Amino acid sequence: MSWTKKILRVNLTEGTCAEEPLNMEWAEKYIGQRGLATKYLVEETDPKVDPLSPENKMIMATGPLTGTTAATGGRYSVITKGPLTGAIACSNSGGFFGAELKNAGWDMIILEGKSPKPVYLSIENDKAQLVDAGDLWGKSVWDTEDLIKEARGDSNIRVAAIGKAGENLALFAGIINDKDRAAGRSGVGAVMGSKNLKAVAVRGTLGVSVADPMKFLAAANAGKKVLAENAVTGEGLPTYGTQVLMNVINEVGALPSHNGGAVQFDGASKIGGEAMHEERATDGKKNLVSNHACFGCPISCGRVSQLDRTHFTVEGTDKYSEPSGGLEYEAAWALGAATDVDDLEALTYVNFLCNEEGMDPISLGSTIAAAMELYEAGKITDAETGGLALKFGSAEALVKAAQMTAAGEGIGKDIGLGSKRLCEKYGSPDASMSVKGQEFPAYDPRGIQGMGLTYATSNRGACHLRSYTVASEILGIPEKTDPLTTDGKAGLVKAFQDATAVYDSAGICIFTSFAWTLDDVTPQIDADLEGEWTSDRLLEAGERIWNLERQYNIAAGFTGKDDTLPKRILKDAAKTGPAEGKTSGLDVMLPEYYQLRGWNADGVPSSETLSRLGV
Amino acid sequence: MKIRIKLYATLGKYLPKGAARNETEIEVADGASPADVIRGLGMPAELCHLVLVDGNYVAPSERDATPLKEGESLAIWPPVAGG
Ligand code: SF4
Repeated sequence: MSWTKKILRVNLTEGTCAEEPLNMEWAEKYIGQRGLATKYLVEETDPKVDPLSPENKMIMATGPLTGTTAATGGRYSVITKGPLTGAIACSNSGGFFGAELKNAGWDMIILEGKSPKPVYLSIENDKAQLVDAGDLWGKSVWDTEDLIKEARGDSNIRVAAIGKAGENLALFAGIINDKDRAAGRSGVGAVMGSKNLKAVAVRGTLGVSVADPMKFLAAANAGKKVLAENAVTGEGLPTYGTQVLMNVINEVGALPSHNGGAVQFDGASKIGGEAMHEERATDGKKNLVSNHACFGCPISCGRVSQLDRTHFTVEGTDKYSEPSGGLEYEAAWALGAATDVDDLEALTYVNFLCNEEGMDPISLGSTIAAAMELYEAGKITDAETGGLALKFGSAEALVKAAQMTAAGEGIGKDIGLGSKRLCEKYGSPDASMSVKGQEFPAYDPRGIQGMGLTYATSNRGACHLRSYTVASEILGIPEKTDPLTTDGKAGLVKAFQDATAVYDSAGICIFTSFAWTLDDVTPQIDADLEGEWTSDRLLEAGERIWNLERQYNIAAGFTGKDDTLPKRILKDAAKTGPAEGKTSGLDVMLPEYYQLRGWNADGVPSSETLSRLGV
Repeated sequence: MKIRIKLYATLGKYLPKGAARNETEIEVADGASPADVIRGLGMPAELCHLVLVDGNYVAPSERDATPLKEGESLAIWPPVAGG
């Protein structure tokens, strides 16, 4: 089986690295990665812990399919208590790091305590050690990776690192691996920074075995065939990436713009997937250079972009002269539509900066949008911005604010708090487009009703990747539902949440679910692991994971009252598009959702539900 | 009558000349349906996955029976997704 049954426990306070066996009883119940690491976090930490204290732990976890030949089997997740939210944090990333970790013989790394000085964790197969990182502290993610590879004389090492944002404890700092793949959300990079851990560098050459190799090969190949033959995963995503959604979501009137003040953005067509394919007037080149795949991924949805050398962000410098990880839809939306900035090159530049210095572009863009609203309302003044005119639509303001946030300077320090704290500080709490402290992504709940319930109930704060009902409500996958009605959305959200927990715990990318159902995943897990795995068993595990996360949050102090949305979404009707006149119908959906979940009216799982699931 | 036609992703190649940012105005017969426009532009119906009139979804079974009105926007995508 692909489990190495080995955990690496790193005590940063003591400077020790120790091997211990994986708890297989828990692996049977929680699958791996997101589910299994959450179980470890629940068992080992106090949910009331200060997320940035040494008592919080940070777990880097693989799933049972990570490192195997299953399509997209390269994922890992970072599980910890999130400083942005105070809730469970679980950030999933692709690239190559996760597969390398599994190939080095480790299922999971548990990082605890706090190092007295900056260090990085070096893993070469079974050899793990903490290495002084005094010379790396203050360096970007990109320089850190290059310097580690150079110092160790091995260009095949895979590195996950924080940049200046993580060091400065920006509350939405992310961890970046392979230079442009991110465990981006909820501030997991700040937790890493609080532990004085600059990077984890892994080299693994041991290989990954599965329980039944022939059966596994057949199952993995069958899965790949489904992906290749599906129009979305076989053609749509490789060609246009996630950015194809910009014009779709604008057209259906669910593209939050002007910090949630509007649901459509005039500049959408200038910053979407099609625009990345267009030749620029200035240099005749396209923003998009190529697509790019994570480990073992036949879909290859990633974007590689090159900046226009005449653009103000890089003119006269040699900065970012190489192609790099380009805009994905969420980043383009947050940095662009949310701030009313329609300058594709400026958005690409800030996206590079997010990768280089380790920031979540969703929270960054949304928080800058909130800061723009506060500036235009006179709540933030030139005194705070140092004279920067933080106005909607200003590419210069966006770029400067992003640079200041990465560096932790001036108004950037306040932006680094995230929009909830920023807006509270400046006396306008309703200007924060967040749930449980986390900024919501690129779908307006007034125009896509299921996403309102998704954001309100997501265990890690507002998030589209916990139940992507957009697939059904807009894109017709697996079947079309009406985005403007609340009918049936409670059941839809629950179904997506439970299934997504399976994908996130298995070591594969959620984008496979545009083509696969659980019945495509199950044979791969069943051949990979010992024992019998059925879709029902997996789905029950998904529900168990959801309830375990919920229990963690309740113990951390959250209640049903936190399952809500910004006032703007609940009270101010959409002004244009198909959703004109509509607000979110959360009040209708939430009680039905609680009931379907087997939770009481306050959103607390009943003892019957918990015992049925064995939580 | 005039309508706005918007064709995205791989369907962009079916746009009439002079279109900018994936859209343009076209002249269609009064009461033409989305299916009429799709046929008129030579687009394979099976590639027209997401068909929206002024942002509202038109199911495949309704594409022949929904007359367009002057000034409406007809936007079409092949099967796409993102996240
Ligand atoms: S679909 Fe995209 S994000 Fe997912 S593994 Fe493949 S390249 Fe990475």
